Amino acid sequence: MCLFQSVMNYFPEEVLEHVFDFLTSHRDRNAVSLVCKSWYSVERFSREKVFIGNCYAVDPERLIARFPRVRSLTLKGKPHFADFNLVPHDWGGYVYPWIEAMAKNGINLEELRLKRMVVSDESLELLAKSFPNFKSLVLVSCDGFSTDGLAAIASNCRFLRELDLQENEVDDRKGQWLSCFPDTCTSLVSLNFACLKGEASVAALERLVARCRNLRSLRLNHAVPLDTLQKILVQAPQLNDLGTGTFVHDPDSDAYCKLKNAIKKCKSIRSLSGFLDVNTRCLPAVYPICTNLTSLNLSYAPGIYSSELIKLICHCKKLERLWILDTIGDKGLDVVASTCKELQELRVFPSDLYGVGNAAVTEEGLVAVSAGCPKLNSLLYFCQQMTNAALITVAKNCPNFIRFRLCTLDPTIPDAVTNQPLDEGFGAIVQSCKGLKRLSVSGLLTDQVFLYIGMYAEQLEMLSIAFAGDSDKGMLYVLNGCKKLKKLEIRDSPFGNVALLADVGKYETMRSLWMSSCEVTFGACKTLAEKMPRLNVEIINEGEQIEASPDDRHRVEKMYLYRTLVGPRRDAPDFVWTL
Amino acid sequence: MERSAAAFENDLNLKATELRLGLPGTDNEPDHQQSSSSSSSQLIKNNKRSCSEMDGARQTGQQQESGAPAPKAQVVGWPPVRNYRKNVLEQQKKPESDTGSGMFVKVSMDGAPYLRKIDLKFYKNYLDLLKALENMFKCTIGVYSEREGYNGSEYAPTYEDKDGDWMLVGDVPWDMFVTSCRRLRIMKGSEAKGLACL
Repeated sequence: MCLFQSVMNYFPEEVLEHVFDFLTSHRDRNAVSLVCKSWYSVERFSREKVFIGNCYAVDPERLIARFPRVRSLTLKGKPHFADFNLVPHDWGGYVYPWIEAMAKNGINLEELRLKRMVVSDESLELLAKSFPNFKSLVLVSCDGFSTDGLAAIASNCRFLRELDLQENEVDDRKGQWLSCFPDTCTSLVSLNFACLKGEASVAALERLVARCRNLRSLRLNHAVPLDTLQKILVQAPQLNDLGTGTFVHDPDSDAYCKLKNAIKKCKSIRSLSGFLDVNTRCLPAVYPICTNLTSLNLSYAPGIYSSELIKLICHCKKLERLWILDTIGDKGLDVVASTCKELQELRVFPSDLYGVGNAAVTEEGLVAVSAGCPKLNSLLYFCQQMTNAALITVAKNCPNFIRFRLCTLDPTIPDAVTNQPLDEGFGAIVQSCKGLKRLSVSGLLTDQVFLYIGMYAEQLEMLSIAFAGDSDKGMLYVLNGCKKLKKLEIRDSPFGNVALLADVGKYETMRSLWMSSCEVTFGACKTLAEKMPRLNVEIINEGEQIEASPDDRHRVEKMYLYRTLVGPRRDAPDFVWTL
Repeated sequence: MERSAAAFENDLNLKATELRLGLPGTDNEPDHQQSSSSSSSQLIKNNKRSCSEMDGARQTGQQQESGAPAPKAQVVGWPPVRNYRKNVLEQQKKPESDTGSGMFVKVSMDGAPYLRKIDLKFYKNYLDLLKALENMFKCTIGVYSEREGYNGSEYAPTYEDKDGDWMLVGDVPWDMFVTSCRRLRIMKGSEAKGLACL
């Protein structure tokens, strides 16, 4: 090892840099930079893609100081549970300071990918005007901007290749943002505006598609009618990925006939989504492209009955990824199991969030898919009920799970047959799936399931817990056992101070810990914050607890802690206290 | 803090957004927690199931008194579905006022020589629909009752739902019916007795 290192040190830096070029994963690059000072130095000047999993773990100045040649930045902001209304709206996660700092320092930014961040129109305008080579903007689950900001991007980013808006809350100002793409813009490869609620200029869209000959991915919103889709497909038969807008028309019409023909010519489509509003009698138009589909997302189409879904899926023999609603039913999942032998990822979303749930899937559907699809490695499954026996069978059938997220619609429902907790079922999953990286558990669960997780889930990086466990022991099993744990999020579970404080050093090895409606008290959080200066321990107070100095014995409603190099954040709102 | 929560509930209807620690479906928590000192934590303890100590029936009893699946109470953030997705599904459930595509379903009546078609979106509720059917086919359908269906009347309206099952008209909320009904069949009362006696 010593000899090797001294040999490596004789290489000029250009050679090292060239070697490092082959390292694309962040982890590899991070590891390489720890070897020695010269490797650290070579690596940092050559790194172009930077991933920051928690925007408050570092700050823009540090980013720029260490990676002056950064071209692509990925940032994540709010904690995951913000997706489910557990984090108040103005908690934080603003992208503006990052854009401002990079603009000031002459960073040659080409790509920005943001998740759960607050993006203002001002930031989009600054972004659009500051980086002449800007090529790619991907926003997932963000909010704070309007179509005005999009107009700024469209107008100013001359080399824009990708504008991908996934599930954002966008204020639609009914402006003509699509018309803001200049006639000279021909570089678009990917355009996804499915989440926009308003009208988009159909004429501008058609012209845009016609001149962007490299367009591969296009996802339309609700307001784009079927006949526009037909015109677009005629212009862009080279598409790989299509998200239809509305799919409603009279199936006996000329327009529909033309659409069918246009679709037939799109032989490159491998990914299909949308159907945001659908007349099921129009669905057969897509059958011809189903044979080559590898990805299908019908999870925004509650209007498609189970029998129609089945008919569609029967054509999709090469499917690798399927996102669907539970309207498909167990019967439908049977069909998936017998048809989609290449299936790797399955997500079954609930169609009926408040009702009694007459359309739902059960453990039977899951067992069927596990038996029929041996390549299954990623699952998100919302179900009416579950049993240990089913989970044990699934574990046996599919030992390759990397992501396993099970969500019973009733969060504490026991085994539907035996009325026992679902500990054994999940235990079987973690024992069998040795590569499991992400797990969400639900249903009636005791400390026992956490004993299993601690014992067997050696590769686990993210764990989500809700309404589970009996005592501190549960959380302790996890903290002690899961050596690779990065993110732990817990709600409504009886874990308290003993568990929180047992191994304070552990939290510096993790990205973050979220605990809400648990048993931890102010006093314990303060103690933790004192002992660990490189953690930000944030308490979120809402409404009732606006006392100046709460009693140490008071339970904390929401706590979010994360490791950081830059101390307490300065943009925290009044209701967030960093201890 | 604990008792004020109960007072707030009535005034501000915070119940819908309240972070509750109890199990879903248990609206009567305040009554169960008399022995609590720090209430919210007790909410967890008392409702935390430990099946080894209590019998499974207690668990199901608390949630499923009527034997129906547990009603989804307003537990904040459960099931964990992104707001964006929730909003999209909510919007799509609302009947479209503008698209005018209508919801035409076939209606057959036992003994009639040919079928008819009606637009379900045209009607506001079951009463409207049944009156229209009575008019169209010159028959009497009578009044719906949960226990007896249309027992006693000459005819009973049934429909085929999206799963292919034949159901009695009137059991589910009107909106749910409109979205799941594929066709209607007006059965003779004598035949319909089977459906009603459940």
